[in-house]
Amino acid sequence: MSTTSPVETKGAAAATYLDQRLGSNKFLARNLGKVFPDHWSFMLGEIALYSFIVVLLTGTYLTLFFKPSMVELVYNGSYVPLKGIQMSEAYSSTLDISFDVRGGLLIRQMHHWAALLFVAAMSVHMFRVFFTGAFRKPRELNWIIGVVLVTMGLGAGFTGYSLPDDLLSGTGLQIIRGIVQSIPVIGTWGAFLLFGGEFPGTDIISRLYPIHILLIPGLILALVTVHLIMVFTQKHTQFPGPGRTNDNVVGYPLLPVYMAKAGGFFFIVFGVIALIGGLVSINPIWIFGPYTPDQVSAGSQPDWYIGWLDGALRLMPNLESTIAGFTLSWNVLVPSVIIPGLLFTALGAYPFIEQFVTGDKREHHLLDRPRNAPTRTALGVMALTFYLLLFIGGGNDLIAAAFNMSINSIIWFLRITLFILPPLMFVLTRRICLGLQRRDNAKLLHGYEAGRILRLPHGEFIEVHEPLSVKELAVITSKSDISPLPIPQKTDIDGVKNKNYKSESRRAKLSHFFYGENIPLPTAAEIAAGQAHVAHDAAIEAPLHAYEDADQIENFHGGVLHHPGMAQTNAEQQDDR
Amino acid sequence: MKFLAARRRNPLVALGLLLVALVAVGGGYAAIANIQPAQASASSQTQVEEGKRLYLAGCSSCHGMAAQGTSNGPTLLGVGAAAVDFQVSTGRMPLAAPGAQAIVKTPTYNETQIAALAAYVASLAPGPAIPTAEDTSFDNADVAQGGVLFRTNCAQCHQAAGQGGALTQGKWAPNLMQATPKEMIEAMITGPASMPVFSDGTLPIKDKQAIISYVNNLQNASSPGGLDLGRLGPVTEGLFLWTAVFAALIAAAVWIGIKAR
Ligand code: HEC
Ligand code: HEC
Ligand code: HEM
Repeated sequence: MSTTSPVETKGAAAATYLDQRLGSNKFLARNLGKVFPDHWSFMLGEIALYSFIVVLLTGTYLTLFFKPSMVELVYNGSYVPLKGIQMSEAYSSTLDISFDVRGGLLIRQMHHWAALLFVAAMSVHMFRVFFTGAFRKPRELNWIIGVVLVTMGLGAGFTGYSLPDDLLSGTGLQIIRGIVQSIPVIGTWGAFLLFGGEFPGTDIISRLYPIHILLIPGLILALVTVHLIMVFTQKHTQFPGPGRTNDNVVGYPLLPVYMAKAGGFFFIVFGVIALIGGLVSINPIWIFGPYTPDQVSAGSQPDWYIGWLDGALRLMPNLESTIAGFTLSWNVLVPSVIIPGLLFTALGAYPFIEQFVTGDKREHHLLDRPRNAPTRTALGVMALTFYLLLFIGGGNDLIAAAFNMSINSIIWFLRITLFILPPLMFVLTRRICLGLQRRDNAKLLHGYEAGRILRLPHGEFIEVHEPLSVKELAVITSKSDISPLPIPQKTDIDGVKNKNYKSESRRAKLSHFFYGENIPLPTAAEIAAGQAHVAHDAAIEAPLHAYEDADQIENFHGGVLHHPGMAQTNAEQQDDR
Repeated sequence: MKFLAARRRNPLVALGLLLVALVAVGGGYAAIANIQPAQASASSQTQVEEGKRLYLAGCSSCHGMAAQGTSNGPTLLGVGAAAVDFQVSTGRMPLAAPGAQAIVKTPTYNETQIAALAAYVASLAPGPAIPTAEDTSFDNADVAQGGVLFRTNCAQCHQAAGQGGALTQGKWAPNLMQATPKEMIEAMITGPASMPVFSDGTLPIKDKQAIISYVNNLQNASSPGGLDLGRLGPVTEGLFLWTAVFAALIAAAVWIGIKAR
């Protein structure tokens, strides 16, 4: 079948048509052959992307029916337990979407689940990028875009959560008001500005609406586009492996393999969201009721990604001070403004901080294995521990109720562990990383333990070691050992004082902190010798399998197993017995 | 009166009362008939006697021989039949062990015994009576209005969906999904543990019935959105997302990665 099929000719015709008008063939030829490396963790970003698409599609449907108005009306829809109740138009239109619009509840639930998934996938994607060092030069700017995206994600989620004007969303807004008010000097004024007067006022929903459906999604869309273009032009990083270097990309071409896989994965993500949107209830606002400031429900919680901030607020002791007649509410300011401000700044600045500390200005296209950057990995685990403890704090009341514990004890337990556990996890993680490095080195020198125990003819037991596979050898030896910056001299050889001594020595100390503990790889010669040795041992091990048929072993060189008194030949072995 | 009250608090008198009680158990009804309030009718008289006997055996160690209260339990003077009925029929009393709050367990006493205990405690001092069938009927109540009242008065402790919640120092407001109309009225008029009393003055009986009707609705409502995840709000939703949904997608990602090879 060498003739071209009609489909192909049609396709070619279309391509020619487009090329003559857009000059697209050259672009496509250059880019569709582009190679993408492959690893499951590279699909985390895709989960974020696809759930974001679902959020956009479902959100558009919701805008057709949602009314962002706080005008009070009397509900007369089909949900009986709220019939005749005064509520805002925003709340009543959300009830209508849930009960009276065809497919409304499904779309609402898909939208909410997809939003939760979006932030979850984005966060885990971020941790993948962090722990593998993918943020290093030249990808620092893309990391910053990512951090902005996370912030936007939280903003999108929070504004969305506030729109239906149910009891939970109003409770959340009341906390926002408190947070704005806690900002010194401008706080009170800022809260009035935000709510257009006293809380809750009649403006906040109609103000959040354009932010939620236009501003934030627009920004996210724009930033995601830039983000992806940058991934494309800078090429994706890859994990170390045979033939993979800092200067090439090993993987599959964009078309057809990568596109097919990505397309398939899109449908999986979409399908899973549709499935849970249809089968699992989320945010049943009809149970929470319309918001009125005199009501609050036990167990009021934000969506998961705000949980850590709620936790910080719940754990903070009640501190206030009065300065010149003005009250400073540390109890709100610290957990809601200062801690997240510091954390997000540190997050955005991390690539630059690490670059400064290590003095490493090289380009990196080969990912780090987390164990090979013990200090970074430990810092990440430390931050994650801190985050998780705050997150647990956000659910303290539900934990207390579910496990019959005292909420007060939980709070105190978390307050204390918040200061103890993260540093502990830092030390522990670094130890574990170094331990893994040592094991890697042992594998290089002695092969890997095959898990087979052999009993030699004279009764000795040995464990069989086998040489590493090409892949594993490449992965382990991908580690690059970097020595910390040298400790500067106070004066140079000529006795001239070093003016920058202080700053240089501070930097050297930081560098020692970062690189100081490292288990250097054995030299290439040592590795080669080690692997050859293991290969040799493994080779003599083979006939031992057949020892039951001892007669068939004609010339068995057991002596290589370092046992001087051991029988050498089959005949001698027979004699021994 | 003052003189009498002072003498009642005397421990020796308590001991005397115990002796008297023992005599009563032996059949000397007439001997104690003198200290019974006069309003008890002849037919409930035996019920009160029976209640007293049960009280002295099962409750007096904590609540005192004359229900005056001890360091182990509060006074029962004035709590009314409703409080006794609520506490004993839900198994909270007799208290099994000291703790942040009484635990609900299978009742120790049967219905007749509970009625006797209630009649006895009510005979000591006036207090809220056990709600009648008329009190607990909510056929004509306004569910939606009940919802508003529930969210205003009860949701801050019992959660908007009536799933309960944690209070301070290990105390909790229980889940209301099994609460009967009688229990609800009794809880409202007696205010067990840290729950406030909602007297008929602050919350008229009509409003109480509306609340009951709303809670009843919550108890029987289906979940229009599908699996309700315990109706606990964003915490269980987040838990579901991370454990089920995210895990499934990661599994899919790994699977696709393997397929490619
Ligand atoms: C081990 C001690 C103990 C025993 C035995 C005990 N109680 Fe109690 N009781 C308490 C305590 C403590 C409280 C207060 C706890 C609370 O409010 O949750 C209480 C509360 C009560 C109340 C509610 C009081 C109020 O102010 O509303 C009633 C009614 C009651 N008990 C009745 C009884 C009856 C009837 C018995 C016997 C069947 C009994 N108790 C046995 C310790 C006890
Ligand atoms: C300050 C918090 C608080 C408020 C407000 C409150 N409750 Fe309670 N409620 C409690 C506590 C605590 C208990 C448990 C008492 C015990 O175990 O002794 C309770 C128990 C109950 C029970 C008994 C449940 C069972 O398992 O037997 C019912 C019914 C009840 N409450 C209904 C209501 C209703 C209806 C309202 C509103 C009118 C309300 N509560 C308001 C704290 C509260
Ligand atoms: C809207 C949310 C986001 C979407 C849709 C998204 C999407 C993607 C996709 C599809 C990739 C390529 C595949 C991959 O490595 O997973 C990628 C790479 C990358 N993302 Fe994101 N991402 C988002 C948020 C973030 C965040 C929050 C960060 C970090 C703070 C971040 C940093 C990066 C970096 C540095 C790369 C390059 C990784 C590499 O080449 O190894 N992204 N992103």
